[in-house]
Amino acid sequence: MAVVRLLPTQEARDLLDLTRDFADKELATRVEEHERDETYPEGLFAKLGEAGLLGLPYPEEMGGGGQPYEVYLQVLEELAARWAAVAVAVSVHGLSCFPLATYGTAEQRDRWLPDMLAGKVIGGYSLSEPQAGSDAGALNCRAERVETGYRISGTKAWITHGGRADFYALFARTGEGSRGVSCFLAPGRAEGLTFGRPEQKMGLHAIPTTSAHWDGAVIDSDRLIGEEGQGLQIAFSALDSGRLGIAACATGLAQAALDVAVRYANERTQFGRKIIDHQGLGFLLADMAAAVDSARATYLDAARRRDAGLPYGRNASVAKLVCTDAAMKVTTDAVQVLGGYGYTRDFPAERYMREAKITQIFEGTNQIQRLVISRHLSR
Amino acid sequence: MNIVVCVKQVPDTATERKLRPDDKTIDREAAEGVINEICEYAVEEALRLKEAHGGEVTVLTMGPSKATDTIRKALAMGADKAVHLVDDALHGSDGLQTSYALAQVLKKIGFDVVILGSESTDARMGTLAAMLAERLDAPQLSLANKVEIDGSTIRIQRLTDYGFDRVEASLPAVVSVVEKINEPRYPSFKGIMAAKKKPVETLSVADAEIDAAKVGLASAATEVVDFAVAPPRAAGTIVKDEGDGGVKVAEFLASKKFV
Repeated sequence: MAVVRLLPTQEARDLLDLTRDFADKELATRVEEHERDETYPEGLFAKLGEAGLLGLPYPEEMGGGGQPYEVYLQVLEELAARWAAVAVAVSVHGLSCFPLATYGTAEQRDRWLPDMLAGKVIGGYSLSEPQAGSDAGALNCRAERVETGYRISGTKAWITHGGRADFYALFARTGEGSRGVSCFLAPGRAEGLTFGRPEQKMGLHAIPTTSAHWDGAVIDSDRLIGEEGQGLQIAFSALDSGRLGIAACATGLAQAALDVAVRYANERTQFGRKIIDHQGLGFLLADMAAAVDSARATYLDAARRRDAGLPYGRNASVAKLVCTDAAMKVTTDAVQVLGGYGYTRDFPAERYMREAKITQIFEGTNQIQRLVISRHLSR
Repeated sequence: MNIVVCVKQVPDTATERKLRPDDKTIDREAAEGVINEICEYAVEEALRLKEAHGGEVTVLTMGPSKATDTIRKALAMGADKAVHLVDDALHGSDGLQTSYALAQVLKKIGFDVVILGSESTDARMGTLAAMLAERLDAPQLSLANKVEIDGSTIRIQRLTDYGFDRVEASLPAVVSVVEKINEPRYPSFKGIMAAKKKPVETLSVADAEIDAAKVGLASAATEVVDFAVAPPRAAGTIVKDEGDGGVKVAEFLASKKFV
């Protein structure tokens, strides 16, 4: 059932109509097959780019859609309600454009950004390493200055779209300590760059997640974004936005699970009446609906603060925490509502439940979100 | 080339559609208005003809003020401008009157090709293209699943039960299209933004030199006398096979004159 949304402009309403239409035809029709067979949806991101859905939150003068986060995130939510893996990759693509759009020079932006925001090239975000996850500052991958640029050596991990992406926002060490990390717009293919085999994940099967092995590949010095040593600052500011993207994806997933559960509970009869009319199930569904609505309200509140130019880091963490926990709860309960059928792959509820779990982990685990929130409180 | 594509806003087929009890016309407020699906194929074909031969695509619609949503969608897909015929006097017009009104507008704005969907999901008459062609004294090429233009010659493949007919005519002409003709593009977000700046001309009955006495419910040639909600489907007959199942099926089919 379509969510009735409060949107600020007619163009935003038209954009959401376009998104639903696109998602119903291009995502909902293919998701089962690709998630089951673990195959990449060839050509889909090009179509998303042509429809203008890959650069929405960036300024029109850079080639983006000029949309506030309040609108962009609701687009992500609609995509996620059809296909979480694709919505997550769209969010990550947006994140990977952030360093260049925000910290790049005019020259760098003119050169690369239009194709990125038009979705002609797809991006990945490469911050984590095998031993540096939540503790991103512990990263080891090195960028050593050489005559023609930077020689990159080390291993990055957990890269959404790894091996598939055309470029990566790459964070590597040019010095020591927390001010020794730099950000690069790394090419997707280079001599001395190889990718690990795709991780065998619990969910999000259609989009590969890999490690990247940099074995002395040299990238041009004009691919340094911002100043040397500014990398972690860039990475963390990008993450505040990225967390909102994940919050929206999780909300879409929860909405999809709620819809499946409500439809089933209105059709399934036991003891002579619809199971939704048994209070035990009706109240469970009510709690699920409350969780979805409050998740949406929470991420929209954070988004509106961002759009208004107010501080929103704490709110982004709250949104990420609330929305992803809601997704885990609602998808788990959706399996419960569907009973034995919910546990089978004939219904999407079990897939939603598997997909929800990762949202509590990536873009800052929910423990890290609590850390961020509590530090805001102790100031 | 001057390509005009006629589009219609219809009540969303996914929602419950109703007739108004007072004047027995369709209740356009009761359901969300969406672009008639086959009209999207007509717009797509118009855009492809423009891409191949140059020129301009004008969207023409007759409908209440909320039909601007449908115009905007066609403009977002890539049409260049729109003409919206909107007037309370048009309310309740039947097919004949609609063809008269649209023909008046088309004579006024001019055209090389008029493209329409083969029918709408609300009235389901499927006759507008023929009526328009007659009123415009232009050849009609109906039910096309392929359109080609070569100079002043237009050729189509008309989908039929037995395959297709090849039909050829001279421009200007009226073409109706079926779903098999193409795959409509999505209106890109850039298209949505651009659509806001495209000109939409609003015409009243008087502007289009339409005789108000010839349109609207009062002077319609057809009248809805009565209507009723379709009764719920009755349970089917269950025949238990006790060795004579085949005979009973044959008897049933014979009783319905299928065999």
